[in-house]
Amino acid sequence: MRALFAFLAGGLFGAGLLVSGMTDTTKVQGWLDIFGAWDPTLAFVLGGAILPMAIAWRVAAKRRSSALGTALPAKPSVQLDPRLLTGSALFGIGWALAGLCPGPALASLSYGGTQGIIFLMAMISGMIIWRAIDLGLTGKGKAA
Amino acid sequence: MIQPDWITGLIGGLMIGSAAALFLLVNGRIMGASGLIGGVVDGSGWSNLVERLAFLAGLVGVPALIALATTRPDTHLTGNLLIVAIAGLAVGIGTRMANGCTSGHGVCGISRLSPRGIVATLVYLGVGAATMLIARHVMGVI
Repeated sequence: MRALFAFLAGGLFGAGLLVSGMTDTTKVQGWLDIFGAWDPTLAFVLGGAILPMAIAWRVAAKRRSSALGTALPAKPSVQLDPRLLTGSALFGIGWALAGLCPGPALASLSYGGTQGIIFLMAMISGMIIWRAIDLGLTGKGKAA
Repeated sequence: MIQPDWITGLIGGLMIGSAAALFLLVNGRIMGASGLIGGVVDGSGWSNLVERLAFLAGLVGVPALIALATTRPDTHLTGNLLIVAIAGLAVGIGTRMANGCTSGHGVCGISRLSPRGIVATLVYLGVGAATMLIARHVMGVI
C-alpha cells in the first residue's frame, strides 16, 4: 500500500512539474533572471504548491499517525548550520546554470534528451560524492 | 500552449502541492525530491527502498506517458555539456549537504513555516539570481 501511494504521489508530482513549466529550463532561468527579462510564472507554481501543503500540515498536526499508520514527520528543526547555507548556495548556483532541480531532472528524463541524462548522472555523482565526504567528515565508516 | 503561463503554473503548482499532501497524510513522509533520490543512490535510504523506488517510478513514468500522449515537451536545456555537468554536480552536492531542495525545503518547508526551509529557499533563490546575473549578463555563458 505504501508503494502504491508513493507511486501515485510521485506520478502526480511529476505531472505537476511538467504542467507547471518546472521542467522547462527557460522558465526557471527566466524566474531567476530578475535583472533581465524576468518571468514571474514560478511564483504561481510555488504559491499553488504551498496552498494544499499548508492545509495538509494543519490536518497532520491533529493526527497521531499517517493514514497507513506510519509515523508523521517530527517538528521542524530550528537549527541553522553552515551546511544548510553552503549547500543551498551551491544548489542555487547549479539550479541557475542549468535551470533544473532534482524533481524536474527526473520528471523530464523521458524527453530531456542526452543532456538531460548527463545532468542526472552528474547530479547523482554529486550526491554520492557528498555522502563520501560526509562519512569522512563525521568519521562514520559504515552507511547508516 | 493555449492557456497563459500563470494559469498552467498555478494548476501545476496545485498538483505538486497535492502530491506532497498525499505523501504526507497517507505515507507520513515529506516529499523532498533530492532526499528521495539521494537515499537510493548513496545507500542511506535503503530501509524504505521500495517506497522510494515506487515514488521515483511515478515521477519518471507519468510525465513520460503524458509526453507520449501529447506533444513532446522541450526542456530547452543547454547543449553546453560542461555547464550541464557542473550544474548537475552542484545540484547533487548542494541539495544533499543542505538536506533539501525546491520540493523539500521550498514546498514542504515553507508551508509549515520551517525556519530551515525558509532560510534555505531564500539562499538558493538569492544565489540563483546572483548566478544568473553573473553567468548570463556579465560572463554571457548561459
